[in-house]
Amino acid sequence: MAGVTFENVSKKFGDTYAVKDLSMDIPDKEFLVLVGPSGCGKSTTLRMLAGLDTITSGIIRIGDRIVNNVPAKDRDIAMVFQSYALYPHMSVYDNMAFGLTLRKMPKAEIERRVREAATLLGIENLLNRKPRQLSGGQRQRVALGRAIVRDPAVFLLDEPLSNLDAKLRVQTRAEISKLHQRLGTTFIYVTHDQVEAMTMATKIAVLNLGVLQQLGTPQEVYETPVNVFVAGFIGSPSTNFFNAVMRRDGDAIFVDLGAFKLPVAPQMQKALMPYIDKPIIVGIRPEHIHDAEFTPASTDVAVVPAQVDVTEMLGNETLLHLVAGEHRFLARVDPRTQARPGRDMKVAVDVSSMMFFDPETEMAIR
Amino acid sequence: MATRYGAMEQPELAAGEERASFGDRFKGFLPRLPLHAVLIAVIIIWSVPTIALLISSFRSPQDIASDGWWNALIPPWDFTWSNYDAVLNQRGMGRAFVNSLLITVPVTILVLLIAAAAAYAIAWMEFPLRNGLFLVMVAMLVVPLQMTLIPVLRLYVNLSIDTEVPIIGGRVFGPNSYLGIWLAHTAYGLPFAIFLLRNFFGSLPRDLFESAYLDGASDLRVFFRIVLPLSMPALASLAIFQFLWTWNDLLVALILLGDPNLAPMTLRINSLVSSFGSSYQLLTAAAFVSMAVPLVIFFALQRYFVQGILAGAVKG
Amino acid sequence: MIGRKWWVPWVWMAPALILLTVYLAYPVLDTVRRSFQDRRSENWVGFDNYEFIIKNPAPLVADTHSALLNNLLWLTLFPLIVVPAGLVLAVLTSRVRYEAVAKSAVFIPMAISFVAAGVIFKFMYEYNPNIGTANALLEQIDREPVAWLQDTRAPQRWITDSGPADAPGPLQINNLALITVGVWMWTGFALVVLSAGLKGISTEILEAARVDGANEFQIFRRIILPILMPTIMVVTTTLIINALKIFDLVWVMTGGRFSTDVVATLFFKQSFVVRDFGVGAALAVVLLLAVVPVMLISLRRFQFQEEIR
Repeated sequence: MAGVTFENVSKKFGDTYAVKDLSMDIPDKEFLVLVGPSGCGKSTTLRMLAGLDTITSGIIRIGDRIVNNVPAKDRDIAMVFQSYALYPHMSVYDNMAFGLTLRKMPKAEIERRVREAATLLGIENLLNRKPRQLSGGQRQRVALGRAIVRDPAVFLLDEPLSNLDAKLRVQTRAEISKLHQRLGTTFIYVTHDQVEAMTMATKIAVLNLGVLQQLGTPQEVYETPVNVFVAGFIGSPSTNFFNAVMRRDGDAIFVDLGAFKLPVAPQMQKALMPYIDKPIIVGIRPEHIHDAEFTPASTDVAVVPAQVDVTEMLGNETLLHLVAGEHRFLARVDPRTQARPGRDMKVAVDVSSMMFFDPETEMAIR
Repeated sequence: MATRYGAMEQPELAAGEERASFGDRFKGFLPRLPLHAVLIAVIIIWSVPTIALLISSFRSPQDIASDGWWNALIPPWDFTWSNYDAVLNQRGMGRAFVNSLLITVPVTILVLLIAAAAAYAIAWMEFPLRNGLFLVMVAMLVVPLQMTLIPVLRLYVNLSIDTEVPIIGGRVFGPNSYLGIWLAHTAYGLPFAIFLLRNFFGSLPRDLFESAYLDGASDLRVFFRIVLPLSMPALASLAIFQFLWTWNDLLVALILLGDPNLAPMTLRINSLVSSFGSSYQLLTAAAFVSMAVPLVIFFALQRYFVQGILAGAVKG
Repeated sequence: MIGRKWWVPWVWMAPALILLTVYLAYPVLDTVRRSFQDRRSENWVGFDNYEFIIKNPAPLVADTHSALLNNLLWLTLFPLIVVPAGLVLAVLTSRVRYEAVAKSAVFIPMAISFVAAGVIFKFMYEYNPNIGTANALLEQIDREPVAWLQDTRAPQRWITDSGPADAPGPLQINNLALITVGVWMWTGFALVVLSAGLKGISTEILEAARVDGANEFQIFRRIILPILMPTIMVVTTTLIINALKIFDLVWVMTGGRFSTDVVATLFFKQSFVVRDFGVGAALAVVLLLAVVPVMLISLRRFQFQEEIR
């Protein structure tokens, strides 16, 4: 069991950086999710850790050992590939045993490990089948089983759920989380789906264009995103962003969005002082904009008039596409709402959850 | 009735619809009569030469000379094995058959192994000049055999090792040696083989290899336990191709093997033709004996043969 | 893979590289060298051998012009017949239930050797109508038998007994008889490849065309043909290359006599019968020069496909 450290790791393909100057410290037993849009460098990072791609510069450690030039098979890692990479001509048993037979483990030991892993994953009755006889979900478990029997120091998973249908995905998510708790090994997981990241991770690393944006717990990246990108990427539907100007009214600062104004929570007043009469970016999550008639109690709200453009009823909540002046934004409101397309209504904005970003650096203002 | 270029299917019947009666189908058949006529004619025309030969090979020399082979189809039927007997036992065809095997089988195995090894390296290992080297290898397909034979023969003469090889005969190396013709045929077969196999190996999923490397497999392991088992169709096609090409070759044998004891069937028949131009009773039987093996292979393994051609001719 | 030593790929490729160098690369260079030397490859003679080929000073001994022209006939006529035949047959066979049988019948000749095919057609072309099928058929329609493999007359002379007495060089009955054998052998190849290409055309496109009102001919000309063009090119280049290299067939049936020589058979005679290595090598080089442009075109297409990969 070991932690993983990245020290200023970069990967260049020709002249472009796939990963730039990545530094992360991942303690043992962490479930780290690398998340970001396509091309952000998450898979490249995983592959460098696995030893499938060379490192242009920087150091990667597994445990205390520098593994830059260590061949993949000696790094004590196991990987679950996006397409599972099962050997089509071998049975499930042989697929799972392959790595162990190569390491010349005694047959009895191999048998024990394979059966144990198979039982853990519920595939013990599939051991004699070939991959083409299995469903997608079953193949995925075999891929997991193949990694488990190796008993590695670190588990690497490359978008393992992306080939499963939606329902299976939700189910498997929970199973992978349980597996992590059960095995107690470090998991490094790559995905482009922020829901998977939020639900499974103990730590999330958000990447964009090869650069690490933020490393933190799911709660941290959700509540205190470090920049516009993270705020917009985490959370679904995404954060609403508004271009606004800070204004002063006597002692208090407020946000002038043109069509309406919003007060600023007391704890933010000081940080926003330098932006008076200057432009600013405001981020408000749809779940923090309520139907004024159904506002949860004890929230510090400001009421804003808006016009309803489209309503999407989901049963447990309703999504409202709203227009106020030149601003268009989304709100997640109580399903009992009376809002209808074309009507005017009042929404209540949770002021204390507003996020502020510098318009030039796009960094969060705290 | 829609014409499909894909597999023929019987259309689904809608509720209440009945399958067309025989009369209806016959009417539908008539406009297609020209189509069938043309195709049947083509089939017949294409098969006639071979059938003519086959039938004649069972007739006595007098019969062959006196009237056309088609007459043999009407009774009385007067067939004989004597031609085959003469050819196989007296004209050295039996030995030639063995020689053809002795030449073709080792060559096929060698080509498969050597080309697979090279194709594996080109497909999955990284090294400088990788693409250039592959292009050069494939470009060798262009070289007409004729261009290589004088120098190769000279080389063989200069490097000749004259000791006689036990059992199979011929020199150890040089002109009239099995080793010499094995190596030559193998070399000539490599460009196509490497081209075919490299394309096929390249189409195997990358993460299969990565997973194996992660599992600790060395290159040799991956080659024998993953690449080869998964490439059986391509290997089969190649084997058939190489076998037929080598079995049917005349030119290389003509130049590198002068000794009649080592001559494969093609060579034997060629000399039969030149010395016995019109003794058709021998020629027909001889030709058929030489065709026997390729035809058997063709009928038994048609699918792989065709696949091989397709892979070589169309993008693999 | 990290950790693989630099020399590993080279070890894997070594046997192939050695064989290719010894049997293909080196001989090409050596042959080119010999083409500039005398008959025993002892002295340098510059372009003399090539001059010999071009000037053709001894046509009775070695008719280089005839050989070159015959190859020209082969490489134009042969693909010109085989490709359309293969294409038409591919289309026709796809519409019948006995498609596999028809394809096999046409394809079988590919499996046998040129030598065996040579024997088969010697039999068919035999002068004596009691033996030769072709002449037997002629007898049925009251025509004189023809010495198919020796007759150097122009075809129209034979059919109508009129027309120019001297045909343009290679257009001889016996050449055409030989090419017929080639067609018999290789149409199956074209058929199989084009048939596979045909099956790769999505039926949706064809159905859309029918809905748009196109009849079968229009569909063939405007949709199938353009889509199949790359495959047709591949087949054609293969056939052209084979036409240039043709040896076994001609050798077995006529030995290159009666003006049927092609460059490959002439090469053989010059090198191993007359033993003039210089001219032989020059002929081989000419052969290579003829094949190279054709191959370059294929290679360029191949590289293009590689980039897509």
